[in-house]
Amino acid sequence: MDKVTGMLEITGLGHAYGSHRVLQGMDLKVSQGELVTIVGPSGCGKSTLLRCIAGLIRPSEGKVVLNGTPIDGVPDGLAVVFQDYSRSLLPWLTVRDNVALPLRRRGTGKAERRAQAVRALASVGLDDAASKYPWQLSGGMQQRVSIARALAYRPSMLLMDEPFGSVDAQTREDLEDLVLQVHRAEGMTILLVTHDIDESVYLGDRVVVLARNPGRIREELPVSLPAARDQIGTRAAPEFVRLRAEVGRLVRGGAAKDGPPTVHEKPVR
Amino acid sequence: MTTAALPLRRRSRAGGLLAGLVRGVLHRWLPLAILVVCWEAATRVADSAFFPPPSEIVKRMREMWFSGPADHLFLTTKAGDSIAPSLGRMALGLLLSTVAGIVLGLALGRSEKALAYLNPVLQFARVIPPPTLVPVFIVLFDLGTQMQVASIIFSAIWPILLNTADGVRTVDPVQMDTAETFRMSAADRIRFIIIPSALPKIFAGLRLALSLSLILMVFSELLPGTSDGLGFELTNAQSQSDLPTLWSVIVLLGILGYLFNTILLAVERRVLTWHRAARKVAS
Ligand SMILES: Nc1ncnc2c1ncn2[C@@H]1O[C@H](COP(=O)(O)OP(=O)(O)OP(=O)(O)O)[C@@H](O)[C@H]1O
Ligand SMILES: [Mg+2]
Repeated sequence: MDKVTGMLEITGLGHAYGSHRVLQGMDLKVSQGELVTIVGPSGCGKSTLLRCIAGLIRPSEGKVVLNGTPIDGVPDGLAVVFQDYSRSLLPWLTVRDNVALPLRRRGTGKAERRAQAVRALASVGLDDAASKYPWQLSGGMQQRVSIARALAYRPSMLLMDEPFGSVDAQTREDLEDLVLQVHRAEGMTILLVTHDIDESVYLGDRVVVLARNPGRIREELPVSLPAARDQIGTRAAPEFVRLRAEVGRLVRGGAAKDGPPTVHEKPVR
Repeated sequence: MTTAALPLRRRSRAGGLLAGLVRGVLHRWLPLAILVVCWEAATRVADSAFFPPPSEIVKRMREMWFSGPADHLFLTTKAGDSIAPSLGRMALGLLLSTVAGIVLGLALGRSEKALAYLNPVLQFARVIPPPTLVPVFIVLFDLGTQMQVASIIFSAIWPILLNTADGVRTVDPVQMDTAETFRMSAADRIRFIIIPSALPKIFAGLRLALSLSLILMVFSELLPGTSDGLGFELTNAQSQSDLPTLWSVIVLLGILGYLFNTILLAVERRVLTWHRAARKVAS
């Protein structure tokens, strides 16, 4: 790998909600412009990890350093696509205004913000939904709105928490390719959490496999596929098939060994 | 669809709409109309000085308030002297309690601690029947407008303040996280996230505040030191045993209360379209 500047550096990260230990002893480096996918069984702490990186929760142990400075609060130039995408959209604003809202602090005029929002919506295939309200859209469309909102913001680092969970297969492939495209075109650093083993290999420059009870890094696998990927060719490549099998073995084998997710009353939020 | 069938269908649909409208109006107003007719008949038969027939009350209302010149919207000088000051004080009191209630409610709702500390005090202040405080305000403030507006504010502010605080507390945490990750300014968070999500509760508070302010408007005018307003009209008529005027004021207050509530509901329906629609989709 030719990029050397460690952009994001996580050392000894651990987190507990009260007495419930979720993450332990995580070390991870993500270089500027890298696309890292994170896979792991349900409840292993993937969302918690992203929230620590985003500065939304202060981890109980260890530290997260971004461009040399420890994270304290949300860093600038960061966008998050939340797993709870539908709850992150504001029902009293149209889809276009939802996407345009974060651009207010950039100081651009209203018309320009709206134009940017419409362009971002078009990039996720929602040209004609701009003047609708979020609750008028299907779950998959709402998810695309929250992706469009993050893209319109043009972050230097993008965190995505299972961003394609409820879109249909065709749209999912389109969105995967969109992520690859903005990643390449804008040199965006991306951390993407997914349940889907194929997706983790298809998108990632590197796949981080998590284990649970407590959440920790089981394995990091570099993906030596060429940067230019396509849905049909890449998925047929021997290297892809090999990696997919390996990630699958790590995830499933690990899940069986580590037991079911600890049943823990998650406070209604 | 044939061209001949189209106008026919349209006509019948318009007819159906009209019939529906008429039926709606009938259903709503028929009971009231029947009541008035019965009241008219009963009072005429009884011929009591204490219960003038509705027709006489309406006549008196017309003479007193609504027989003015057309360029004054048919309002008389007397209407300007008694209705206007009352409504002015009510509007001022309601406006101030809305602004103060929302601002204080926002501050309280955002601070878990402040709310926890102040909640008992607020609940206590809220359950004091507002009229009992009016004598205190008479001592504290100048008689007249100052005291009256203060009385209105002290009763109307509680439902707005407490409902705003409650609405603010229940803002979806995922929305707040979103605002935080996009580093939205505090003003933008209040304007685009906190106030809109508290708005359904704020409106519920406003409805209560509206009826309370009408009650306190009249009540504060019943007391000595008042020189105008509907409440003053009421005591005046009572001392002169002018029962038609007494009844006129009562009927007018009923009409005003109904009217204000209808206007508020219409505004609420417009402002909260998203809320009703989103709820309907969710269920
Ligand atoms: N705010 C919270 N308070 C207490 N416990 C929490 C909280 N959020 C998450 N947890 C618990 O922490 C553990 C990890 O949760 P997290 O959401 O990070 O997992 P995840 O890997 O994202 O799961 P999923 O795949 O289902 O999204 C779970 O056991 C969960 O119940
Ligand atoms: Mg999660």
